[in-house]
Amino acid sequence: MPEIRVTPLGAGQDVGRSCILVSIAGKNVMLDCGMHMGFNDDRRFPDFSYITRNGRLTDFLDCVIISHFHLDHCGALPYFSEMVGYDGPIYMTHPTQAICPILLEDYRKIAVDKKGEANFFTSQMIKDCMKKVVAVHLHQTVQVDDELEIKAYYAGHVLGAAMFQIKVGSESVVYTGDYNMTPDRHLGAAWIDKCRPNLLITESTYATTIRDSKRCRERDFLKKVHEAVERGGKVLIPVFALGRAQELCILLETFWERMNLKAPIYFSTGLTEKANHYYKLFITWTNQKIRKTFVQRNMFEFKHIKAFDRAFADNPGPMVVFATPGMLHAGQSLQIFRKWAGNEKNMVIMPGYCVQGTVGHKILSGQRKLEMEGRQVLEVKMQVEYMSFSAHADAKGIMQLVGQAEPESVLLVHGEAKKMEFLKQKIEQEFRVNCYMPANGETVTLPTSPSIPVGISLGLLKREMAQGLLPDAKKPRLLHGTLIMKDSNFRLVSSEQALKELGLAEHQLRFTCRVHLHDPRKEQETAMRVYSHLKSVLKDHCVQHLPDGSVTVESILIQAAAHSEDPGTKVLLVSWTYQDEELGSYLTSLLKKGLPQASS
Amino acid sequence: MAAHLKKRVYEEFTKVVQQQQEEIATKKLRLTKPSKSAALHIDLCKATSPADALQYLLQFARKPVEAESVEGVVRILLEHYYKENDPSVRLKIASLLGLLSKTAGFSPDCIMDDAINILQNEKSHQVLAQLLDTLLAIGTKLPENQAIQIRLVDVACKHLTDTSHGVRNKCLQLLGNLGSLEKSVTKDGEGLAVRDVQKIIGDYFSDQDPRVRTAAIKAMLQLHERGLKLHQAIYNQACKLLSDDYEQVRSAAVQLIWVVSQLYPESIVPIPSSNEEIRLVDDAFGKICHMVSDGSWVVRVQAAKLLGSMEQVSSHFLEQTLDKKLMSDLRRKRTAHERAKELYSSGEFSSGRKWGDDAPKEEIDTGAVNLIESGACGAFVHGLEDEMYEVRIAAVEALCMLAQSSPSFAEKCLDFLVDMFNDEIEEVRLQSIHTMRKISNNITLREDQLDTVLAVLEDSSRDIREALHELLCCTNVSTKEGIHLALVELLKNLTKYPTDRDSIWKCLKFLGSRHPTLVLPLVPELLSTHPFFDTAEPDMDDPAYIAVLVLIFNAAKTCPTMPALFSDHTFRHYAYLRDSLSHLVPALRLPGRKLVSSAVSPSIAPHEDPSHQFLQQSLERVYSLQHLDPQGTQELLEFTIRDLQRLGELQSELAGVADFSATYLRCQLLLIKALQEKLWNVAAPLYLKQSDLASAAAKQIMEETYKMEFMYSGVENKQVVIIHHMRLQAKALQLIVTARTTRGVDPLFGMCEKFLQEVDFFQRCFIADLPHLQDSFVDKLLDLMPRLMTSKPVEVVKILQTMLRQSTFLHLPLPEQIHKASATIIEPAGESDNPLRFTSGLVVALDVDATLEHVQDPQSTVKVQVLYPDGQAQMIHPKPADFRNPGPGRHRLITQVYLSHTAWTEPCQVEVRLLLAYNSNSRIPKSPWIEGGEVSPQVETSIEGTIPFSKSVKVYIMPKPARR
Repeated sequence: MPEIRVTPLGAGQDVGRSCILVSIAGKNVMLDCGMHMGFNDDRRFPDFSYITRNGRLTDFLDCVIISHFHLDHCGALPYFSEMVGYDGPIYMTHPTQAICPILLEDYRKIAVDKKGEANFFTSQMIKDCMKKVVAVHLHQTVQVDDELEIKAYYAGHVLGAAMFQIKVGSESVVYTGDYNMTPDRHLGAAWIDKCRPNLLITESTYATTIRDSKRCRERDFLKKVHEAVERGGKVLIPVFALGRAQELCILLETFWERMNLKAPIYFSTGLTEKANHYYKLFITWTNQKIRKTFVQRNMFEFKHIKAFDRAFADNPGPMVVFATPGMLHAGQSLQIFRKWAGNEKNMVIMPGYCVQGTVGHKILSGQRKLEMEGRQVLEVKMQVEYMSFSAHADAKGIMQLVGQAEPESVLLVHGEAKKMEFLKQKIEQEFRVNCYMPANGETVTLPTSPSIPVGISLGLLKREMAQGLLPDAKKPRLLHGTLIMKDSNFRLVSSEQALKELGLAEHQLRFTCRVHLHDPRKEQETAMRVYSHLKSVLKDHCVQHLPDGSVTVESILIQAAAHSEDPGTKVLLVSWTYQDEELGSYLTSLLKKGLPQASS
Repeated sequence: MAAHLKKRVYEEFTKVVQQQQEEIATKKLRLTKPSKSAALHIDLCKATSPADALQYLLQFARKPVEAESVEGVVRILLEHYYKENDPSVRLKIASLLGLLSKTAGFSPDCIMDDAINILQNEKSHQVLAQLLDTLLAIGTKLPENQAIQIRLVDVACKHLTDTSHGVRNKCLQLLGNLGSLEKSVTKDGEGLAVRDVQKIIGDYFSDQDPRVRTAAIKAMLQLHERGLKLHQAIYNQACKLLSDDYEQVRSAAVQLIWVVSQLYPESIVPIPSSNEEIRLVDDAFGKICHMVSDGSWVVRVQAAKLLGSMEQVSSHFLEQTLDKKLMSDLRRKRTAHERAKELYSSGEFSSGRKWGDDAPKEEIDTGAVNLIESGACGAFVHGLEDEMYEVRIAAVEALCMLAQSSPSFAEKCLDFLVDMFNDEIEEVRLQSIHTMRKISNNITLREDQLDTVLAVLEDSSRDIREALHELLCCTNVSTKEGIHLALVELLKNLTKYPTDRDSIWKCLKFLGSRHPTLVLPLVPELLSTHPFFDTAEPDMDDPAYIAVLVLIFNAAKTCPTMPALFSDHTFRHYAYLRDSLSHLVPALRLPGRKLVSSAVSPSIAPHEDPSHQFLQQSLERVYSLQHLDPQGTQELLEFTIRDLQRLGELQSELAGVADFSATYLRCQLLLIKALQEKLWNVAAPLYLKQSDLASAAAKQIMEETYKMEFMYSGVENKQVVIIHHMRLQAKALQLIVTARTTRGVDPLFGMCEKFLQEVDFFQRCFIADLPHLQDSFVDKLLDLMPRLMTSKPVEVVKILQTMLRQSTFLHLPLPEQIHKASATIIEPAGESDNPLRFTSGLVVALDVDATLEHVQDPQSTVKVQVLYPDGQAQMIHPKPADFRNPGPGRHRLITQVYLSHTAWTEPCQVEVRLLLAYNSNSRIPKSPWIEGGEVSPQVETSIEGTIPFSKSVKVYIMPKPARR
């Protein structure tokens, strides 16, 4: 029985270190290769030894697909390919290919240089790993080998995020990665055609949330920034370098443009500048507005947003500063925060979630006095705002995508078990498809019934066409032919041709049957009566009375003979070839009922 | 050269054919012209290969064919069709047949038999499809002929089973266009089987080819358009098509569902998987709403657009479209809108400063949450958030239409519209502002909503700001804080964009007059008066102060207690503003002062308005005094013209009438003056030099009449007659003057003849109005027409001269509504001292922004003229898209004018002004401006065919020589 097997190595009922193994029609594909942010030990990377105990990974895996550049989707890639050892192809989109190494390098720097970890991948490994990458375009069908093909769809989560369809023959799986169904200021909405895969593997981060319209959020954000700037305050927005940062930049940039504001906006340098460069480059991956207007002006060539210098923080007058990192736990954002915290005119806006223990979390939970290192106490007088900008699909969006793709079954990953439970129930209830939510290491097996293509010879088809009316899509038709299975392909040919091809002689197969009739008359008369009876019953067929006293109906022969023992009973010998089985058996049953008396 | 030769060849061959056919001699008349068919025939015979033949046919198709030779051509084409083996040539012939049968004046029933005939023997699918197309052309040409229609429908049905989608498509199209409308009509006659066209088409809804499915739906829609009532049974079929794999099918299906829902709104349909039943229109509404989240944006646009026109839908379905139940971790969450509303009603202004301000509250029962609502839930929420701005605009439009028909829905959709003010695409923002304006009588803005609305006032786009002012003009505000907020924001806007001054004042005028009671408590604060101390008198020229006063005075109009709060200088300022900005400041009943104008009191009807009376009286006076001595008449006319002009300046509503009558009187005055010249008595040779005055007068009268005819909107036929009459007089004057100044009779012949032609033309055009022109110049002229026709020019001139003198002054009836077209150039302001520098020979773009009032069809009439100091004049036609229409009778021209010139040594000023082009009739010679931007050699104050109607603005420019 053919089947699709799915085993999450990470992201099964969990968020982080996405890594899902899929076996489809004998092909093995690994979807994403991420790291877990919550761990610093072995658990941060997926357990690749699960895939194969002692063999080489390259022999086992046909390809690896990376959906987007976030570290929880690609963070373990150099470790996997260079340290564990994988030489097969790695597929990702062009923007992901461009931005991924920047983030990996950054991650490596923090892990090795700051935390001093040994046995970590090196810069060279990242480079070597990226050499194995094959970049794909949107909607481009890439043949991994003769049978396996993959195709990318737009996912709208970050620049270059894609959903992938993996297809072998008529069986297919769609993996969404992270996606967003509501467009934002720089990205469009995820879209997939009605590809009807056997299985849809979807993320479910916001399985139990239906979000408010993004306009309210944007408006609130802009209003807060605008008010703060107008009263001469400074606004600090701690962000992570990529993804949401660009979204907020575009938002502020267009707002500044629209409202003709003059206050400067700064962006802390480094990582972002490089990344912004790629954002400018990959205009085709952005939303309608940016794509349409980039000829006049590339939206990522910010007019109002300038690079930040440490010294600017002390400048008088209003300003807006984007600074990394996003949780105010270290680095530039914390430095600026300390400088500005004392003034109630200033404001800090946290655009995302903060982990417990960070300064960001403390001020969000309302703490007004912070203990800094060296027993200093920092009094926070500035305003603290929280604003959620997230680019995942909410429950409605997930349902919408499932509706668009029309899969035969759904598998949930990248979410919390409790929330998945709810969504699973909803999907099963509303789409009436099976829904799975395996934990890490747990395998889901899905039986499939792939359709097998059979070639039919034109001669046979035409002959069948000539016999009956035009084919009707809704009604099955009976067709006689011979199925030849040869070198794993199937052909339907006429029996004559099959005999010829296989070099076999034709055997005649005849069925004969005796029917006893009580009829005292002579054989000829009996035959005559049989003839007239059949003639009256079988109007469509050619019934003949041959001169030797036998009767033929098409190719079926009927002979009447007197019974050797009882002359009052006549024996009818009915004989037909197996091709006429249908008619033959009908005739026998007809004759067994006897002849009508009225004719005598 | 080759083409030339070919033409020759045709001609010669044509002649040969003529001779041949002369022997038959039955169709002689037709053959007097070179026959096209013959030429074609010969070409086709010559063609050796299919490619050749195709070339000939293509060439042939470029030229039109006269109706009378169509049949011949068709015969020849058919003949070749039978012989032709190549399908591509047959295809071309088939398409030509279709084209030819569309020729006006040709009845194609004669070729139908042949067309059907060849259809039966045709094997190629493409040719078949083309032939069916031809039949469609024939069928549509003969809509009355039932028999033909039935026959064609039969043919179509026969070919519906074809294997090619193209043929099936065309068959369905044919059925849709020609399918019988009423069964009863078709039942008569030769017992032709009546076919149920709807059923036949409906069967193809499930065709295997999506193109055929689309064609089937389109055919059904076509039937509907032709007036056939669709069966309700189609509804279910169409609903199935909504989940089709192909977008064009879904898009068409949405339309079909909409059509059915409009036909049977009140029918009851069951809800699947439950026992309930709902109205069909509600069900359809739900289904179309669902399509707003379709995968294809084409379908989304279609669905969003159609939603707007479903007005019969029940209100609770309608309100669902704005509902999206929020939740977070399975707990119910309130939307930002709900929170804003609650904060507002609890009296607290939005804090929005706590994390978890939007913390979810109650738990949700997991079973009760329906993630894919079957109904209309959240359709607009999705539509307004769509990725494509086309969908968003469609959704906004639909919201507007639905809100106009349902006040409660208007109230609900307000939050969403306000949100759209922050869209990233300007068009969408503009559209939502306009929408809001349209529904503004149904709504009252809450303070927090007003806050968001007003934030847009800082937008850098002028269109947006002005649209917003327009919106504020007709908005209802609920609290005095709201008014204050609006005023503060408007003043902020004023300081940021001083060019918005007029628009802001106008906006405040309406804001004041709509909310007098809300303004009242604000007055002391706004005027910064103090109960005990006198405050400094504000600067009267400060636009912001004027803005505040405009608000207050307009509120005071209906609030008699307000003036008591004014301080002394306020009254002074009132008097000043009432005079200088009379269109913004209404007349007030102030204590201790006589009313500046008692006219405002409602008891007096506008007809008895003294200024109007004055106008009437002064005109009466003029018309009654026709027999005074010339000197007295002239003086009276002069006085009256002066009075009228002043009146027009004072009373803006009478400006049109006053100007119009003044212009007419001026014409009359000029005519009288010209006739009074002494020179008429002097012998011809003597006054050669002095004739200037009379000819100048004639010329000016002509100009004025053109102005009267084309610059005023609302001019009726009655006036046009009088204007033309005046022009005729001017022409007569011109003729006389020329006759007296030129020697020799030869040039006079032509002029006389032309003049008489014009008289004739006048008579033909205004024959119905001639009885009103008793005793006038033209009346007398027509009496003497027979004599004039035969007399010599000199005599004609003499007769004209006497008649001009004797003719009476015609009474000009005033039209009801008349407005003078006017234009004001806002930009360039013409005050800049910095010259616009550019390299000579290259172009520089000059932004021109102007408002046009009472211009009809500005897209074709308004031109921009640039006058260079060296006398070059240049005419520029603005693009039609440069005109915006902010309100009735008003237009806005925002365009760019490209200037260029050779190098100058000094910066110099060019003049820019707007012209109104007219094209009265063929009598006016085509003026050079028809050729775009052509530079005419000499400058004239008025170019013929155009009237300058704005003040010219000077722009300093400096073309520098290019550096090598």
